[in-house]
Amino acid sequence: MQFIINGTARSADVDVRTSLLDLLRDHLGLPGSKKGCNQGACGACTVLVDGERINSCLALAVQYQDRAITTVEGLSDTSGLHPLQQAFIDHDGFQCGYCTPGQLCSAVGMAAEIARGVPSVVTADLGATTIALDHDELRERMSGNLCRCGAYNGIVDAIAETFAKVAA
Amino acid sequence: MTPFTYARAADAPAAVRLAEATAAAKYLGGGTNLVDLMREGIERPAALVDVTGLSRTIETRGDGSVVIGAAASNTAVAADMTIRAHYPLLARAILAGASSQIRNMATVGGNILQRTRCTYFYDDTGSRCNKRNPGQGCDAIHGFNRIHAILGSSALCVATHPSDMAVALAALDAVVHVRGAGGERTLPFVDLHRLPEAHPEIDTVLAPGELITAIELPAMSPAARSTYRKVRDRASYAFALVSVAAIVDTDGGAIRDVRLALGGVAHKPWRATKAETALRGQPATAANFRAAAEAELADAVPLRDNGFKIELARRAIVAVLGELTGVAA
Ligand SMILES: Cc1cc2nc3c(=O)[nH]c(=O)nc-3n(C[C@H](O)[C@H](O)[C@H](O)COP(=O)(O)OP(=O)(O)OC[C@H]3O[C@@H](n4cnc5c(N)ncnc54)[C@H](O)[C@@H]3O)c2cc1C
Ligand code: FES
Ligand code: FES
Repeated sequence: MQFIINGTARSADVDVRTSLLDLLRDHLGLPGSKKGCNQGACGACTVLVDGERINSCLALAVQYQDRAITTVEGLSDTSGLHPLQQAFIDHDGFQCGYCTPGQLCSAVGMAAEIARGVPSVVTADLGATTIALDHDELRERMSGNLCRCGAYNGIVDAIAETFAKVAA
Repeated sequence: MTPFTYARAADAPAAVRLAEATAAAKYLGGGTNLVDLMREGIERPAALVDVTGLSRTIETRGDGSVVIGAAASNTAVAADMTIRAHYPLLARAILAGASSQIRNMATVGGNILQRTRCTYFYDDTGSRCNKRNPGQGCDAIHGFNRIHAILGSSALCVATHPSDMAVALAALDAVVHVRGAGGERTLPFVDLHRLPEAHPEIDTVLAPGELITAIELPAMSPAARSTYRKVRDRASYAFALVSVAAIVDTDGGAIRDVRLALGGVAHKPWRATKAETALRGQPATAANFRAAAEAELADAVPLRDNGFKIELARRAIVAVLGELTGVAA
């Protein structure tokens, strides 16, 4: 099977049962994406496909051939950190760090959804084309990413600081 | 997971042909429910036919109706400006479900046909379940059944249908477009899912191999107001305990038309026709809302742990009608 991961063409000879998460971690040497629940309930495995966030544990790799997949390893387009990664450090956005790759990819996907005007269940006016990323919107939109360490306050602060401008 | 073959269908006729070619084939949407159930050993298809390449357009027709391709993602439907403007209850119902990641993956067809979240259904090795293994017995009926049905259940099954989107589609009088080996047909959405009766292993009236190709939404009256309210154990990312989808059209202080559906209470999205009949033509008052809710829930049967759902459903109906008509409950 042929894949495009973090801008690089990769091929892998894997069983059709392989999830995108297992492909990344076990076959392509990209262990950044984490396996928390393996059933869609925690978000630790979140990656971006053509810029949209998905849970790679529920994705069969075979369905994602020739799509542009971005993992935490490819989040920054420079050799340094993505601004959101730096903000997580500055705001103590993690303790054990297990949920962090998923939080980072998810937040980048979320910012793109906000920019496209995708509403959430707490958006009061469904007709609005621009949506401000206030506290309630941020919490709701990030609810697919759990943090067992409870580092939520730092996570929210880091994301708000990085993407507040997007929403303004 | 048991082994399976994989093929991607280019269009609906090809999907049906591919599914026909192998016994025990299943259509694959986003996989967010099917892959999970395959991993648990509950679903064991010999072949997967990927239908995410089928139509995903959202198209408004001349008569004001809207047709949504079955491969449209849940996010795409909820973000669509026509849906947001004319069918806000549908956008809100979708957005109330799952997480952004799952909504990005999930398709309209797969959402509608997702299977119950009954914990005994999921517990393949430890529990009995007539839906999973017909004739085995049901451990939920006398077990931990806080999330289970209060309406329309049978002695064999008390499972509920978990979809939020489907509750809105039931209220909307949506029409399902289906293609099978024998050609195409349409059916009312409210007739798609069935009650468990003697066959809880069968969720819908679709024949094996039938493919959902599109969902059609009839034009909405411009005067109608609609919404979706979901009551759950946590504020986000949890299935409904009870939910209400409602469309109300008032004329002066009277209810000209009303359509109501309940989620979390039955084996299928529950169209509340008794409440609708009680309300149509009546003044929009809190007392009438309460009476309509009482009428709908009169046949509700509580299990050991879910009696609270009856009052919860009544209050949710009254609150939603109050919100849409501006009448304080
Ligand atoms: C953690 C978690 C939380 C969730 N919370 C909610 C929630 O709060 N509310 C809610 O509503 N849902 C919730 N869901 C369920 C989610 O919405 C469904 O899993 C999703 O909508 C299924 O869509 P899919 O395309 O991934 O379906 P798939 O998993 O691909 O398929 C589901 C079923 O539909 C069949 N199928 C798919 N497409 C077609 C077609 N076109 N024609 C015929 N058959 C077809 C498949 O064969 C399969 O049987 C949750 C899921 C998870 C994992
Ligand atoms: S590992 Fe994918 S959601 Fe938990
Ligand atoms: S930092 Fe430990 S799980 Fe989030």
